[in-house]
Amino acid sequence: MVAYNYVFVGLLLLTAIGFALAPLALVALIAPRKRSLAKGDTYECGVKTHGETWVRFRIQYYIYAIMFVVFDVETVFLYPWAVAYGGLGTFALVEMVVFLALLSAGLAYAWAKGVLRWV
Amino acid sequence: MTLWVLIGIVIKILMIVGITQGTVAYLILVERKIAAYAQDRIGPNRCGAQFGLPAALLQPLADGAKMLLKEDVVPKYVTKPLYILAPWIAIVTAMIGFAVVPFGPVGPNQLIDFQIAPNVDMGLLYVLAVGSLAVYGVILAGWASNNKYAFIGGLRSSAQLISYELPLGMSILGMLLLAGSLDMNQVIAWQSQNAWGVLVQPLGFILFFTSAFAETNRLPFDLPESEQELVGGFHTEYSAMKFGMFFLGEYLHIITVSFITVILFWGGWHLPFLGLTPESSGLIDTLLKVGIITGKVFLAILFIMWIRWTLPRFRYDQLMDLAWKSMIPLALINLVATAGIVQLVRTYWN
Repeated sequence: MVAYNYVFVGLLLLTAIGFALAPLALVALIAPRKRSLAKGDTYECGVKTHGETWVRFRIQYYIYAIMFVVFDVETVFLYPWAVAYGGLGTFALVEMVVFLALLSAGLAYAWAKGVLRWV
Repeated sequence: MTLWVLIGIVIKILMIVGITQGTVAYLILVERKIAAYAQDRIGPNRCGAQFGLPAALLQPLADGAKMLLKEDVVPKYVTKPLYILAPWIAIVTAMIGFAVVPFGPVGPNQLIDFQIAPNVDMGLLYVLAVGSLAVYGVILAGWASNNKYAFIGGLRSSAQLISYELPLGMSILGMLLLAGSLDMNQVIAWQSQNAWGVLVQPLGFILFFTSAFAETNRLPFDLPESEQELVGGFHTEYSAMKFGMFFLGEYLHIITVSFITVILFWGGWHLPFLGLTPESSGLIDTLLKVGIITGKVFLAILFIMWIRWTLPRFRYDQLMDLAWKSMIPLALINLVATAGIVQLVRTYWN
């Protein structure tokens, strides 16, 4: 019976896909369409857009993304631990405190290095 | 699995989809009304007056018709496949989160399971995982639009979403540790027998609710949109129904987040002194439970809307500092403290 529940999740996914496609199809059928040169332009300030859009952007975005990956993987490890904690002993607590201490040290290092400063 | 089970589940899915979409349509009206009262205006009050209906009750219909009948402008310079895919991802990821959300009592001895997939025991993990997929819609929209505003909006938004996902995920760990399950029904059952999550995990609640605002891109965290500087942020180049789909996705996220808040921290269908237990079935008890949970969800949604018209927007560095320098360390401390206290109680209480 438990496995069927993922079938239900799959059914909802199919419904959602259908539901998201329906308005797009409907718009393609009934919405007016009048192409013009000006409408196809990039929406900015009214004057022609200047230069490339996909330029280099600030490094901070990358750094935060890397930090995120580290901490997100850590959180995944914390979930089973938290759920099973009721059946585990003091050892589990000590283990997890050590694990979190290591990661906090990582965060503290990044902080001290000025990685978390948005300039 | 018999055919009847399948038919039943399809009906349930269609009902839930219909109800949530209808709710979203009216939430937009509610939001506009709240905005109006917060700013001492009247707000929409015309649509429906022709038919004797009060308070713009037909406004959502008019909005929907407008979305469908407007021209769907696709600018010339966009990356077309990704441009079309983005709003689609936004709405699908927002919708499939509802698979494991209990709308009322769920269990073997209940009249109906008010949940699409009642026995998925990793419910909360699933909701968080699906919710975090929404970032793809945002970043693809920002990238594919080939517009500088959209590009900056998309970048800001994805950095914000991933930053606040961490406190969002960590702040509920304390509650999971206490309840000992990822199944939302178990969490509610635990709260009905012990105490509401907001009482035993006040810090966890504050952290969760705050990051929920950021995850749904609501003020004071609406930097991705920030109308005054970035026009519309990542959805600047979208029009008609595609814009509407981003909007719909955002409001669906608000509903999901409110449900999780209510289920994790506000006791779900539980209210003190009513004598409701996880086992109580009966018609009246079932209706009560559904009524209580939806009532609480509406309170949470109203609170989220109220905040929008109360607080100004953060600056970007303040936003990032809040996530990385306050909320993540606090969430970690909260988790360790909860685990420690549970261990102390276990050792010295018995």
